[in-house]
Formats: sequence, structure tokens, C-alpha cells
Amino acid sequence: MSFSAADLAAVWLTLKLATVTTLVLLLLGTPIAWWLARTQSWLKQPVNAIVALPLVLPPTVLGFYLLVLMGPAGPVGALTLALGLGTLPFTFAGLVVGSTLYSLPFVVQPLQNAFTALGERPLEVAATLRASPWDRFFSVAVPLAYPGFLTAVVLGFAHTVGEFGVVLMVGGSIPGATKVLSIAVYEHVENLEYANAHALAAGLIGFAFIILLLLLLLTGRMEAARRA
Amino acid sequence: MNGIEADLQLSCGDFTLTARFTAPGRGVTALFGASGAGKTLLLRCVAGLQPGVRGHLNITGECWQDSARGYFLAPHRRPVGYVFQEASLFPHLSVRGNLEYGLRRIPVGARSVLPDQAIELLGIGALLTRRPAHLSGGERQRVAIARALLTSPRLLLMDEPLAALDQASKAEILPYFERLHATLSIPVLYVTHAVDEVARLADYLLLLERGKVLAHGPFVEMLTRLDLSLAHGDSAEAVLETQVAAHDAEYRLTYLECASGCFAIPHFDAAIGTRARLRVRARDVSLVLTPPHDTSILNILPVRILAISEDRPGQVMVGLDANGAALLARITQKSLMLLKLEIGQRVYAQIKSVALAE
Repeated sequence: MSFSAADLAAVWLTLKLATVTTLVLLLLGTPIAWWLARTQSWLKQPVNAIVALPLVLPPTVLGFYLLVLMGPAGPVGALTLALGLGTLPFTFAGLVVGSTLYSLPFVVQPLQNAFTALGERPLEVAATLRASPWDRFFSVAVPLAYPGFLTAVVLGFAHTVGEFGVVLMVGGSIPGATKVLSIAVYEHVENLEYANAHALAAGLIGFAFIILLLLLLLTGRMEAARRA
Repeated sequence: MNGIEADLQLSCGDFTLTARFTAPGRGVTALFGASGAGKTLLLRCVAGLQPGVRGHLNITGECWQDSARGYFLAPHRRPVGYVFQEASLFPHLSVRGNLEYGLRRIPVGARSVLPDQAIELLGIGALLTRRPAHLSGGERQRVAIARALLTSPRLLLMDEPLAALDQASKAEILPYFERLHATLSIPVLYVTHAVDEVARLADYLLLLERGKVLAHGPFVEMLTRLDLSLAHGDSAEAVLETQVAAHDAEYRLTYLECASGCFAIPHFDAAIGTRARLRVRARDVSLVLTPPHDTSILNILPVRILAISEDRPGQVMVGLDANGAALLARITQKSLMLLKLEIGQRVYAQIKSVALAE
């Protein structure tokens, strides 16, 4: 059982997409989660619902609208064209946008739970110890919400690796640019190349298992360390 | 003005806090009141932690809030040390990390309390490498106090720091408070619902009831003001400032002296001249018209009746002047009638038992 060059390219592209998406998600999801965990605004539940939408929508629906929005006739597409960036569909950047939206709840929700569990007290204590709001966030909230960040990173990464529908709609299957693992598996099956499909699919199952096991072991160990 | 000047209003649901008072900029000011009176809320307003508070606040000559001109000093810019009811140490940091958290945020030139001093004052030198989870309740609270002190605060805010502790841990911490009081001249606002907790330390008392400052004044005077609920009921007591005059080895007694007279109490170790506060409960004081000679009670003082006020049904509270110091006696309505006691009369107070404040 060996991987073809095209399969290896798909694996590499998938890892790249998942890494970039996870970083974008952390930058985007952390402020959203922080706001959701602490706001009293009536906008809280509507925003919560929007963040959770990708959990219930078929990925093809999300992908379809992204395609329309980012296409040359859509508002986002018009904007990117005007900026001289071309259009996003069928590019790696388009995949990142799609994956980010699709995996958003998997990053925001663990972070939001971790921030909510913190409560006000540690932040108030830090304030009376002269820590400014930013200082409080980085010196108290982040270290105390560490398990939430770990869960968010692992779930965001793994969920991006596992996506199919959004990628298919937004990215198509351009080798080296948008053809990720899940698409490669699909094409192998379409072409009745079961051996190749097995290699990739089994590899993905092993990957998912190891990631989840690591997550559980790490959070368990951190809990133990905190209690010690 | 070097003291604390506050005029703060806050509406929190159906609770309204109206705190208008001044307090001295030195010593311990006790914020006293039943639970739900708004003590913690007031402390949070002073620290700037409570959103929505209006009014103005001046601390030892510095303005921290003045809503009239839209000024509000952010909590992290207020030089306070806040000790919460639960120690609230950062679980992700060691004891040393907790102590350094505030210290590192104070410019070196502005540090008036040094780490060694705070560590030694609170006796936590052996705990520095430990995690908060491995400390006892009393140890945690001592670390929290040291952590607050290391920000070199201009005002120390303590929110019932002993409430969450058992009796043994309380007894363990109190001596540290006393050393703190004696060593550092940082004014303290101390929230409590138990007067005996601060009987040894408090200099000033602020009485809160249902969100309002009912009265404030020097601690020993406030305790005996018959117009306040503090001076009524079973727990009413007077506090006398005395000093150790002599020890009686034969009878195992210590004599304490003050302007009012001399008290004999069970022997305790203290050098002659040591200042000690004596608590005299109103229900332990009875009144006689002539000095009794055949009584087992040792502590008898000549006093003058200042005021008589209703207490529980059938009982009255009598305010007494013992040569400058105030005492309370709770007697029955019947005794009042039989002895024909009236204001201005000179009588003798028989004190059945006294206790050192601790």
C-alpha cells in the first residue's frame, strides 16, 4: 500500500489548510468567545445561534452561499475583484474562508465555555493587583482557560481535516490547490480505486483517533497537575 | 483632608446603596452591618469593581471618582489592596507567583512594602513554592493578604477575610492582623458582621443598614450609643482601652488600668504597660447604689448614669460614664423601678466578667 504523488499532495494540502484555518480561527474565535462569555447584550443569543449554524446546516448549503457570495457576481467577489485579488472560489484562500466558517463553532464553543467557567473573580483580583484589561486577559484568563484553548485547537484542526461538502462546493478538486484528503478519497471511490481509498481513509481514521486520544490524555494530565 | 470621603449611590436591581460618610485616613475602619446591608457592595465601589456607581470618592487627598465631571479611576489604577472573602489565589501560580503578580506591576520606586517584609509579617516563608490547592484555608488567606500588601496600597480593603475560616484558622490569623496594624500605617476598611472580630483592632466604625450608612464614629463611642441597635440586645458591649498595670502571681490575676479604674482578670502573659482592649458585655454589668463589700465580684466601678433606654421587653439598657469611658449595663425594668434609678445619678457598676478583646 503506497501513496501516489497526488495523494501525498492532498495530504500535505490538507495539513496546510487545517493549520492555517486553526490559526485564523484562534484569532477570530477568541474575541468572539470572550465577548459571548461576558456580554449582557441582547445580541448574545442571536450571535450564539449564528456561530452554531454550521453545526446544523448541510455543508453544501454553506458552500453554496459562499460560492455565490465570493463569486464574481457576489458582493464579496466584487470587493476582492476591486482590490485586485481576483475571486476566492477554487483557490486555497477560498478554502480557508470556507473552512473557517465551517469550523467556527468547534473553536468558539469550547473557548466560550472555558471563559464562562472562569467567572469574574480572578479578573477582579487581577484588577486590584494593578493588571490592565489586556494584561488580565493574557496573564489570567488565557492560562486559566488553557484546557479550552487546547480543545478548541484540536477540534478546529481535526474538523477542518474532516470536512468535505464545503470544500467540494468552494474549492472543487484542483490538485495541489484545492484537492484535499476527503476529496481524494471520494475520487478514488468514484474511480473504483478501493486500495488507494483504503489507504487514505484508514490513515484518516488513525489520525482522528490519535488526535482525540491525545486531547483526552493531555486535558486529564492538566487537570491532575492543577490539583497537585 | 487626609481621610476617606465618600458620597456614592448605586442601584442594583431593587437594592439601593447610599453611602455618604467620612472616615479617618489611618487605622482600621470597620464596616459593620447585617448580611445584605451592602457592606461588600460598598467595598467594591471603593475598589472600582462595581459598574454603575455614581457620586464621588476621595481617598487620602486623591480623587478616585467624580461623576459630576465624568471622572472614574479604573480599578487597576487605584492603589488598593483587596482581600476577598475567599482567598481567591490564582490556581495556576505558586505562592511565590501569586505574591509577585501584583509586585511586578508596581514600579520599583513606588514599592513601600518589600517582599521579605510581607513574607515575614505573615509567616509564609515556608510556603513559597507550594500551589494554592495545597494550602490550608488560613494559609491561603495569609498569602492573599501578603499579595495585596505587596502592591504597596494606600488603602487596604478587607471583605470579611475570616468569614470562610474555621475557629482555629481565625485564631491563627488574628495575631498577624495585629502585627500588620502595628507595623504598617496603611488605613484599612474592614467589612464584618461580627463586632468581636474587630474589637481588638477597630478604631472607627461605619454602621450600615439596608444600603444606608446609619452612623459612623470612633469605634468605642459607637458601641455604647443607645440610639443605635449596636448597643442593644444580648451582644451589646463596651470596649475599654486599658494597659497592663501588674500581675498577681499568688492569685493568678492580671490587673489592667484605665481612667475608669482597675480591672482584675485571669492572668495572661504581657509586659507591664502593654495596651489591651477589654470587652465588657452589658448583660454582665449590674448596678448597686452603695459600694458592696461582701461580694465575690472583683470589678466594681463608680459610675454615673448617662441615659436609660428600652431594650427587650422587661429590660432596659443603661448608658454609664465611668470617669470618661462609656459602659453599658442591661438590667430589668423591675430593678430600674425598685432602685429608682435616674439620669445623672451616681451608682456602682458590678462587672461579673470581662474579656480581653482578641
